[in-house]
Amino acid sequence: MTIKSIMAGATFAASLSTAAFAEDPTKVGFIYVGPVGDGGWTYEHNQGRLAVEEAFGDAVETVFVENVPEGADAERVLQQMALGGADLIFTTSFGYMDPTINVAEKFPDVKFEHATGYKQADNVSVYSARFYEGRAVQGHIAGHMTESNVIGYIGSFPIPEVIRGINAAYVQAKAVNPDVEFKIVWAYTWFDPAKEAEAATVLIEQGADVILQHTDSTAPQAAAQAAGNVVTFGQASDMAEFGPFPRVSSIIDNWSPYYIARTQAVIDGTWESTSTWDGIGSGMVGIGEITDAVPAEVKASAEALRDSLASGEYHAFTGPLNKQDGSAWLADGETADDGTLAGMNFFVEGLTGEIPQ
Amino acid sequence: MIMLEKRAQPSRVWTLAAPIFAVLLTMICGGLLFAALGKDPFETIRTIFFDPLFSEFAWFYRPQLLIKGAPLVLIAIGLSFGFRAGIWNIGAEGQYIVGAICGAAVGLAFYPTESIFIFPMMIAAGVLGGTLWALIPGILKVKFDTNEILVSLMLVYVAEQLLASMALGALRNPDGMGFPGSRNLAKYDSATSWISENAGMHWGVVVALIAVIFAYVTLSRHLFGFNVRLAGQSPRAARFAGVNPSTLILICMGISGGLAGAAGLFEVAGPAGQISIDFNVGYGFTAIIVAFLGRLHPIGILLAAGLMALTYIGGEIAQSNLGLPGAAIQLMQGMLLFFLLMVDVLSNYRVTFRRARVI
Repeated sequence: MTIKSIMAGATFAASLSTAAFAEDPTKVGFIYVGPVGDGGWTYEHNQGRLAVEEAFGDAVETVFVENVPEGADAERVLQQMALGGADLIFTTSFGYMDPTINVAEKFPDVKFEHATGYKQADNVSVYSARFYEGRAVQGHIAGHMTESNVIGYIGSFPIPEVIRGINAAYVQAKAVNPDVEFKIVWAYTWFDPAKEAEAATVLIEQGADVILQHTDSTAPQAAAQAAGNVVTFGQASDMAEFGPFPRVSSIIDNWSPYYIARTQAVIDGTWESTSTWDGIGSGMVGIGEITDAVPAEVKASAEALRDSLASGEYHAFTGPLNKQDGSAWLADGETADDGTLAGMNFFVEGLTGEIPQ
Repeated sequence: MIMLEKRAQPSRVWTLAAPIFAVLLTMICGGLLFAALGKDPFETIRTIFFDPLFSEFAWFYRPQLLIKGAPLVLIAIGLSFGFRAGIWNIGAEGQYIVGAICGAAVGLAFYPTESIFIFPMMIAAGVLGGTLWALIPGILKVKFDTNEILVSLMLVYVAEQLLASMALGALRNPDGMGFPGSRNLAKYDSATSWISENAGMHWGVVVALIAVIFAYVTLSRHLFGFNVRLAGQSPRAARFAGVNPSTLILICMGISGGLAGAAGLFEVAGPAGQISIDFNVGYGFTAIIVAFLGRLHPIGILLAAGLMALTYIGGEIAQSNLGLPGAAIQLMQGMLLFFLLMVDVLSNYRVTFRRARVI
């Protein structure tokens, strides 16, 4: 008997046993790219896991592995979870895309949910949040708050997700403050407090008095606090401990409703492969409390922007907008389509610097 | 009182017993740590050290040990030559990255042509890339007497930047919708290092075993091996014996770089599959622990790599089955080296109990 047929046999046996013991708790697995205590991205996914535990009690058992490198190790951890009897597995980082697809092929009865990717299969769903809607609100506040007209931006990796955020923030900042200028530093990490602090310090030294971050640690908040007069926004998590100043608002990832809904679907047997991209409207993207450090009229206009994004009456990318090279992108009143947004690899007009290639 | 007395010769018994003793101490202290975290220490130790080999799903984990162990063996064997001669290449991680980039670049250049010549060319490119990267600190040391520890370590960070720029630029998958990362080499028949994915067999495993045999023969039977050992034990004697220190430095750096480069190539063309920004996961640094845990001896390195692979895989099982935090596993791996260094005192010193003499 070849290994493959043993494997198939094992999978078959596993599926039989889940059917036979329907009373068993549904097992939900999570793999995390960072530590659960990162205070940002992984922390919020873990909050989602805890919410699932709370919502279902004994009917669900959750397991997780943290700090899993994206690549061969992820594939092993996923297989191990599937072998361990997981019914549903959330893979919470972009780099888990290929490993998720590979393992899903071998375990057709296990459901997989991959965050922020684009490869779907019969038992692989993809989900992500329209963080750029939150970025638009940040850009609006940032444009009002800056006095030096220099806004610093700590980018993680030059991928569509991050580029979209920069563009969304810039468009709104420019709308309220035509003199605004963005300085972007690429940190090439999602979580590295030392590097992030260094990036924040460099930006502050270059005159930035507002810092936006697309990295997950609170180090830039601490750097801004030390500088004294620099505004920041919480990323992925509320980071409220740095409020009311320097942190004046935040983007909060709220995965709990989605995780609970998908777990429910597995329990009910109604799970289907889907592609979800939700924003402020569904609550997947939350805007953290805007503190009193922000003038009342700015707070009001920011909340109005938030509400119009949530209701769908306004789109964060509404024309007229040109690309950085001056070529036309969106005509007056036209809004960006999801395909272009998903693969966004260009800056909008007015941004300086190049996307690293 | 307890006194340490230097032995004239390192104790042979303790040299061999030290690693075993260190593993036992790690199990005991690790167990205490896990107990303090509220886990059953016996169950945890069993999960980490025995489940990957003997549990219900061992048929899946045993091949994984090969995948995880092969790069460790390859890199550690290369490092052991230099370490024996007192040449400290700490930058194997960087050589691993550059080897992977060079090898993958050759493979990607031929995509989608199918030919049996592609993979050998990739290996050559990978070895060459790693060798050249390691020769930079080697040549700087020979020519300008720079410190190879610092230079080789710093070049790791250079290599990481190079990797990021390759994943985003030259080697980026044109069909990747703007996302970073190259095409998947594991899915490209002429370029993949897999022999059988389910059995955990790829060419890196084969080459690692060959490297062990080759290193064993070289070190115990060949003049070069004798020179390496002599240079480490007594540089002056080596000089009188006609060993050219500069040549030795370049050869040792070259060997370690070449093997690390090969390890990178086999990894990128098989288990990892693609050049991505965080392709490297620290094999080059872990291999340093493996080399010392294996007493810089080829067979020892083979066993030590197996043990490290076991703690990685067992550690993941313990995380997902027992809810153990990831940091606890890393702590335990750190303990292993710590206890080894501690127990090593016993091979160089004799412990005696007697009254301190009053002078």
